[in-house]
Amino acid sequence: MLQVTNLTKFFPVAAKTPRWMPGGKQTQYLHAVDGLDLTIQPGESVGLVGESGCGKSTLIRLISRLLEPTAGAILFDGVDIGQIPVGDFSHSAQRAKLQMVFQDPSDSLNPRFTAFDTITEPIRRLGSKQDQRRLQQRATELAQQVGLPPELLSRFPHQLSGGQKARVGIARAIALNPTMLILDEPTSALDVSVQAVILHLLADLRKQMNISYLFISHDLNVVRLLCDRILVMYLGKLVETGPTDDIFNHPRHPYTQALISAIPAFEANPHRIPLTGEPRSPINPSPNICRLYGRCPKGDDGCQQAAPNLQPINDYHQVACHYPAYPQ
Amino acid sequence: MISPLTTTKPVQTSLLSVRDLSVEFRTRTGIVKALENISFHISKGETLGIVGESGSGKSVLALAILGILDRAGHITNGEVLWSQNTETHNLLKMPEKKLRQLRGKELSMIFQNPRVALNPIRKVGKQLVDVLRCHSNLSRNQLKKRALELLASVKIPDPQQRYDAYPYELSGGLCQRIMIALALACSPKLLIADEPTTGLDVTTQATVMNLLKDLATDQQMATVVITHDLALASEYCDRIIVMHAGHIVESAPTHPLFSQPRHPYTAKLIAATPEPHKEFNDLIPILGSLPDLRREDLAPCRFISRCDRASERCQQEALMYQQVDEAHWVGCWYPLEV
Repeated sequence: MLQVTNLTKFFPVAAKTPRWMPGGKQTQYLHAVDGLDLTIQPGESVGLVGESGCGKSTLIRLISRLLEPTAGAILFDGVDIGQIPVGDFSHSAQRAKLQMVFQDPSDSLNPRFTAFDTITEPIRRLGSKQDQRRLQQRATELAQQVGLPPELLSRFPHQLSGGQKARVGIARAIALNPTMLILDEPTSALDVSVQAVILHLLADLRKQMNISYLFISHDLNVVRLLCDRILVMYLGKLVETGPTDDIFNHPRHPYTQALISAIPAFEANPHRIPLTGEPRSPINPSPNICRLYGRCPKGDDGCQQAAPNLQPINDYHQVACHYPAYPQ
Repeated sequence: MISPLTTTKPVQTSLLSVRDLSVEFRTRTGIVKALENISFHISKGETLGIVGESGSGKSVLALAILGILDRAGHITNGEVLWSQNTETHNLLKMPEKKLRQLRGKELSMIFQNPRVALNPIRKVGKQLVDVLRCHSNLSRNQLKKRALELLASVKIPDPQQRYDAYPYELSGGLCQRIMIALALACSPKLLIADEPTTGLDVTTQATVMNLLKDLATDQQMATVVITHDLALASEYCDRIIVMHAGHIVESAPTHPLFSQPRHPYTAKLIAATPEPHKEFNDLIPILGSLPDLRREDLAPCRFISRCDRASERCQQEALMYQQVDEAHWVGCWYPLEV
């Protein structure tokens, strides 16, 4: 379905030294996504977790072709969409099949579009001639599919509640029957009461329409409920991937362990693993030092000499660490 | 409505006690009764959690206590009693000049969303110095030294360099810590933290909350944590107040509240929260939404439209607080059984 190989995005950073001084002409690069590989099967739901600043958002902007990659290939349905220029991609056949649900619906919906305008916008731009002729009917169908009362279609975003706005965002994303949805923190702006409804809706839609999900969230409890497989990202690199149950019950990478032990729960976790210090700088990182070095409780000299690569532990589970934990 | 406070602790032992506080917003489309007869107290060194959905009045409550409500907001009833050195003052009646001396020094607040709350065109170190200068008469060098100490106390790496940073140059976690340093600059007696960790990652969230907890124990500071994250509140608070549509619906020490919730709303909130050992189907959404607080004919119990235990009585009789256990109060005619 989606196959990403060696995907890389570097952002140039203004040098601090003036251009006329020695070393001033060297451009520095922020390694936002650094040689990342991932595959998503049809109908699969994959969760992507990691702290803010680890490159999650850059990764999804690359996959949804809002950014040009520095290197690497993005194969979607057998077509390398990484090669399609951004301008052409917006009206290519793949655009319709790869849709996105954006983070905060109050910010991402156009305030001057009614719910109807928002939902039908992709159909007007990319939809079939037949759908374009019966916009009204299609909008009502979509509204019903996401549980939005059709009489609310004529409302503007400020007249809708948080949950209703989230539904509009989802209806827009599924308007063209996509095969893959990228969900960027779809519930982070919602209250728990509404969050549960939206999570159920997303799970049902996936079953009905057989869509693949790439689900980005920093709420691990939510990721665990909705995803089959988890990718853990740290400073532009994947550090661990595996089936949800394995990752949650037997995390191998020290970062994943810290992340999972930090999940707040009604009964406090007595064995919380603290991560001290700040992450290493993502600007021109040394390729030989593990990126977690300095924060990692297990780090030693070996981690400064060679950065670990993703190694399979078993058929499904991969981890990038010199000292992965073994399940008890 | 009988408030839980009047029959519990005498006012003297608590640092802050709020009694029958009501706030309304006069808008073009009607009067929004944002808070109605809110009563609670907090003692020295205690951590109190206020939880509820957005729109339940948590932030309005914090702003009303500090006297920094929007101009449309009117406090129609109640008092906020601040006890210090055996003297008790009503903050709502206090002259603005005196209140200004108190705010930031004795009572301070961590505002929601630090990126918005910090001044974007002033270096963070200078913002800290501003607060310190307002409440002390240190010399310029001492001010800077103290500001650097504060930055270090909230575990900001390399304080010397961050002192000259603008908020946009710092990450969300760092901005949040600056906000905490600002609030703690004058070692307040009471800290109100409004959603101190929203938008932070779980790892940063744990660091920030532990920091607050440590400072609270070290300095005997009372903390009010306002959040909609129940799990977070359960981990860090001694006592929790659950709010719904401007009412306190339940108030109890943390453990009994989560193990034996007595108000149907609390129980529903807990059922809707994803937890490490919960399966997908255990996640039960709360149907319905908050009532329109502008309505004239609001039922005495504002949860009535979302409650499956409601009866004629909830519609007719004024809401009453029942004491179901020591320090466990519930605002419901038909509390859940244990």
